[in-house]
Amino acid sequence: MKRFRIVLIALVSVVLFSSCGYNKMVEMDEQVTASWAQVENVYQRRADLIPNLVNTVKGYAEHEQETLTGVIEARSKATSVNVDPTKLNAQSLQQFNQAQEGLSSALSKLMVVVERYPDLKANQNFLELQAQLEGTENRIAVERRKFNQTTQSYNAYIRKFPRVIYAGWFGFEKKTYFEAQQGAEQAPEVQF
Amino acid sequence: MKKSIILLIALIVSATSILAQIPERPQPERLVNDFAHVLSDGEKQNMESALAQFARKTSTQIVVVTVPDLEGYDRADYAQRLGENWGVGQKGNDNGLVVVVKPKTGNSRGEVFIATGYGLEGVLPDAILNTTIVNEEMIPRFKQNDYYGGLAAGLNVIMDITRGEYTAANYQEKVNAGGSAGIPFVIIFFVLLITLFGKSRRGRFYSPGRSLPFWLAMGMLSGSQRSSGSFGNFSSGSGSFGGGGFGGFGGGSFGGGGAGGSW
Repeated sequence: MKRFRIVLIALVSVVLFSSCGYNKMVEMDEQVTASWAQVENVYQRRADLIPNLVNTVKGYAEHEQETLTGVIEARSKATSVNVDPTKLNAQSLQQFNQAQEGLSSALSKLMVVVERYPDLKANQNFLELQAQLEGTENRIAVERRKFNQTTQSYNAYIRKFPRVIYAGWFGFEKKTYFEAQQGAEQAPEVQF
Repeated sequence: MKKSIILLIALIVSATSILAQIPERPQPERLVNDFAHVLSDGEKQNMESALAQFARKTSTQIVVVTVPDLEGYDRADYAQRLGENWGVGQKGNDNGLVVVVKPKTGNSRGEVFIATGYGLEGVLPDAILNTTIVNEEMIPRFKQNDYYGGLAAGLNVIMDITRGEYTAANYQEKVNAGGSAGIPFVIIFFVLLITLFGKSRRGRFYSPGRSLPFWLAMGMLSGSQRSSGSFGNFSSGSGSFGGGGFGGFGGGSFGGGGAGGSW
């Protein structure tokens, strides 16, 4: 009888201390949320650069009003789409991605237009902005990759045995990856 | 039996060599990694000792890597992945910096990229790196095949700018672990003696939890021996730049910051 009790206590304590990976699931879930925050952060960084960039370009390239308005509109659209980090579903991610891709393409149009203005390209302020913009695009690529990595390890963790049985009871569900936009794999057409 | 072990080793080696597109963390850990062989031995040692000294003083780790080929990666991507894989900089501070140089060969362009860890993005904004360091200090010298001169000039500016950003308060302890780890070890040793003594008198229960300090002490002992050994190597100037020269990579993280250029 006494031995039985000891075994029972041991079993209960094993369950209590290991918590069946529940704590680990919470931790990984939080990691995904945190890395999403980083993704939004770097996109915000890009959006913050744009007013300055537009103002600098405006001083040199007055005739490109259309392209500039395109960038400003795309920016306001992109900043208006926010994703609740606790509800990262496929739909909200796609909306976010679409808005940001819109801004990307508006910006790349602007950068093509700028090629026609040698004075602007020699401007120190513009060169700095260009370097910052390039750095921001690099950061976006890195943070997207990191987000997908943490999502992947989270998804793999909750879908492994034995957690696959009870992960759903506590509301741990498979999360969506932040994939490249449809059409992004096609290189843009260059026209002369 | 022997054959199968050899086969297994061969398999593992071949598997890693296929995967290893971005060079693995060097063993022993070095700050200057001249895979493209553009620096002489003396230049490498000068640079290594200057960077190791800087790392010991400020805890900011600067890694220089020259590669013959970027393996199809974008230069920014390559530098960021390498820094992240090697863990350049201190964990928590993320104060690592990676300079990747791909020398100009034949008709492929020369490329350079300086990747900053998260913790250095503030003090070294992309724009400063791009104009002052890459375009003014490095590329003009690289164009004349003066790789050492370009790197040294650029690194001097970087070191001047970042000198005040991080202090080496915790870092110094880590590098000097050989000297300071002695005292805690003595304390643990006494605690261990006392617990052992007490246990043998009562002599009834053996709980594995009790022996934990012993393993802790063992871990500390082996740890301190290792770091003191390699640090001693370095300071005695025996010519081997062991891993302890700068305390080893600390697990810093990179977020894609930095700037580069090509020529």
